[in-house]
Amino acid sequence: MSEIMNEAHRVTTICNACRYCEGFCAVFPAMELRRTFTDEELKYFSNLCHNCRGCYYCCQYAPPHEFQLNYPKAMAELRKETYSEFAWPGFMGKIFKNNGMAVFGITLAAIIVLLAAAIGANGVQAFFTAYTGPESFYNIIPYSVMLVVFTLIFLFSLFCLGKGMAAMWKITGSKPEVFFSLKNHIQAVKDVLVLRYLDGNGEGCNYPDDRFSFIRRKFHHATFYGFAGCFVATLIAFFYDHVMGWPAPYDFASLPVFFGTVGGIALCIGTGGLAYLKFVMDPEPYDASTTSMDNAFTSLLFLVSLSGLLLLFMRSTSLMGLMLCIHLGLVLGLFLTMPCSKFVHMVYRYAALVRNAQEQRDGKA
Amino acid sequence: MSKQSTAYSPQKVDVLVVGGGNAALCAAITARQEGASVLVLESSPKHFRGGNSRHTRNIRYIHPAANSFLTGPYTEEECYQDLLGVTKGNTVESMARIVIRGSNNVGDWMMEQGVHFQPAMRGTLHLSRTNGFFLGGGKALINAYYARAEKLGVKIEYDATVDDLEIENDEFRAAYFQQGDKYYRVEAKAVVLASGGYQANLEWLKRSWGPTAANFLIRGTPYDKGLMLKVMMDHGAKTLGDPTQGHCVAIDGRAPKFDGGICTRLDCVPFGIAVNKECKRFYNEGEEIWPKRYAIWGRLVAGQPDQIAYIIIDSKSIDLFMPSVFPPFVSDTIEGLASQFDIDPDALKATVEEFNAHCKPTKDFDSGKPDGNATEGLEPPKTNWARPINQPPYYGYMLRPGITFSYLSLALTERCFVKKQDDTPFKNILAAGELTSGNVLGQGYMAGFGMTIGTVFGRIAGKEAACLK
Ligand SMILES: Cc1cc2nc3c(=O)[nH]c(=O)nc-3n(C[C@H](O)[C@H](O)[C@H](O)COP(=O)(O)OP(=O)(O)OC[C@H]3O[C@@H](n4cnc5c(N)ncnc54)[C@H](O)[C@@H]3O)c2cc1C
Ligand code: SF4
Ligand code: SF4
Repeated sequence: MSEIMNEAHRVTTICNACRYCEGFCAVFPAMELRRTFTDEELKYFSNLCHNCRGCYYCCQYAPPHEFQLNYPKAMAELRKETYSEFAWPGFMGKIFKNNGMAVFGITLAAIIVLLAAAIGANGVQAFFTAYTGPESFYNIIPYSVMLVVFTLIFLFSLFCLGKGMAAMWKITGSKPEVFFSLKNHIQAVKDVLVLRYLDGNGEGCNYPDDRFSFIRRKFHHATFYGFAGCFVATLIAFFYDHVMGWPAPYDFASLPVFFGTVGGIALCIGTGGLAYLKFVMDPEPYDASTTSMDNAFTSLLFLVSLSGLLLLFMRSTSLMGLMLCIHLGLVLGLFLTMPCSKFVHMVYRYAALVRNAQEQRDGKA
Repeated sequence: MSKQSTAYSPQKVDVLVVGGGNAALCAAITARQEGASVLVLESSPKHFRGGNSRHTRNIRYIHPAANSFLTGPYTEEECYQDLLGVTKGNTVESMARIVIRGSNNVGDWMMEQGVHFQPAMRGTLHLSRTNGFFLGGGKALINAYYARAEKLGVKIEYDATVDDLEIENDEFRAAYFQQGDKYYRVEAKAVVLASGGYQANLEWLKRSWGPTAANFLIRGTPYDKGLMLKVMMDHGAKTLGDPTQGHCVAIDGRAPKFDGGICTRLDCVPFGIAVNKECKRFYNEGEEIWPKRYAIWGRLVAGQPDQIAYIIIDSKSIDLFMPSVFPPFVSDTIEGLASQFDIDPDALKATVEEFNAHCKPTKDFDSGKPDGNATEGLEPPKTNWARPINQPPYYGYMLRPGITFSYLSLALTERCFVKKQDDTPFKNILAAGELTSGNVLGQGYMAGFGMTIGTVFGRIAGKEAACLK
């Protein structure tokens, strides 16, 4: 058993004898359904933990107490281990080891490839020409390339995430039938949409320090709904372009631009805010080795949305080509790293909430 | 003064509060809200601030109606009767009524200061109507109070241990405190003593409770050493409460000497047998539902050789009680268990066999209520849940007495001024919290009432002290 797993067992046993934190989140009620814990269950707990840190600041056994109890940190360390373990294909797991560099490198490579290809194919002069009107983007990158490359990569990454979720389900010892219950998904979706477990029973969570506040929840909401807005914008644009045959770019007043702009701005604020919180927060209840993974993910989302917004404003200038390649390169980087970046937390957290819904309804593990 | 002191800056405040737990902070916040300048001196470093209060989880208070975390009303009369029940009448009615009345809806005041409540915890539903549970427990409450006090402009010093008071003609002048290698003197117009009991002072415990106290574990803070109690006694203060007693429960013998807190409790006694190091049973393990009996087992274990006892249960019972922080000792044989405990294997086996032979289960076993399954012809008997210990693996725990707090207290007037031997008060010395609990709890303990006493007396003392500015 790894040292990290040992530590998770040690602290969970203390918490289950204490139970003072049961009002904060889903982890403690899940713990209380059990007397002893398997490795599998702790892996499940670690993904159920939202890292709200309530249980650190109120812990009478927190360091320097001899019990050295730091539950959020123990969970964060284990969670990071599980990301490697659940990853599919297996080699993706290694990417979590030095995640910031990997995500940065992959994304940079995507940008360079796109730029090189676009400049190579168009020539410098055409690349730096101002285009207007429909299909102007396709002057830089041909329609078919965009469609095929992006769709394929996106679908492959989705497939990897699906395999990861299946691995998580199996490795945490969760029952298949629990996953196939619609009720559980309805509950989990609700929990996600309102971010139930970042509200500490109505008081918020402990960011950036020991005081309760809703700031992290607000930034996370901005990120989540901003991301959703951009995703919706992309879907509508895909529909317009490939089904209706109305090629991009679209008017400022069109639906894709509306959703993309609002979503992009929210995403900038949200990810910027989360990164800021990470920067100013008390680092004690935190696994510092996840910093690069966390920052890589928030920065990438921030840059994707910022470059998208810039593209919107620069799209009729001669810099459109450059901006388009940078933006699409960032999007490609995001797509490529979905299964091996912090992006995975969405999938595993969601799956953990599905299982939690069943357990709490049944009142048994 | 024998020691050389430096003047603290500011040299003088309106209200000085000695201690940094619940009672101290309630007093400090109230005094500050009344416009006084307030200095809090807390003996512990910041990480361990909040004394025993940081280990608590709930407060009992009267309230006319249910709310989002209390399931129904709790009246003054009912609370008073409950108090009479646990103290066997050993209370001062006027003081008890002040605490109970002062607790009316006190949760609302606490929430205004930033404390958050939650419904009763699982496993403590019997308190869901009478006690408000702090979200995150006592340390969360303490954090909220400190944040509030700081925001109001209360000055707080950590690592600041008051060891002497300057008192002339019944009037407090100044306090002396050690902070790091500095020794300060600070003056105040009034002082509120809220420095807890003396249960962490092992020397004092040994002197008053006998040498066996060396083997006791202290469940809470190591900083409650009774210095203020001692100083005030030297200045002729009147005391209440039995100096040789305290609230004492049986906890896991592997718990740390100090500050083990709640997670070291063991609820398994009713489901097995308890033996001392000579492998002899010494008390009826099945007397009552456990929460009620919890408090007597500390004293019982304290009375055994070396202040230690062992619980033996079998695999039928291992899942019947709250999980505990240390894993049980396990063995496939009783003898194996005995050798892990370093007690005589044959003697333990004989005791278990004798017990088993006298178990005559007549009814269905029911862990939820006294089930009437008693031993026959055994001394001491086990009057409920008696079933043979015969299904391996066998499990064992080690018990030691764990002290929650000492009873010895300063006697108070109804306005929380400390009384002298002749029952007249000191002019500007007030007290609150554990240091004064003997005014209400002459003996016994009522769940959640320690915080009630601290909160109500703390608020009264804070207000009265501010009036002296
Ligand atoms: C494990 C445990 C669980 C408990 N659970 C509950 C519960 O759920 N509900 C309940 O009502 N009660 C509970 N109690 C009892 C409760 O803790 C006390 O009744 C209450 O906390 C007393 O508050 P206080 O402010 O008087 O003392 P404390 O909270 O002990 O505060 C005393 C403070 O004074 C400081 N101090 C001591 N000496 C000096 C000095 N010379 N100079 C400066 N500072 C000094 C200490 O550092 C400490 O901060 C529990 C006790 C324990 C041990
Ligand atoms: S984190 Fe600390 S206070 Fe919370 S349940 Fe665990 S041991 Fe208890
Ligand atoms: S950090 Fe928050 S979500 Fe995670 S276990 Fe602690 S209280 Fe629960």
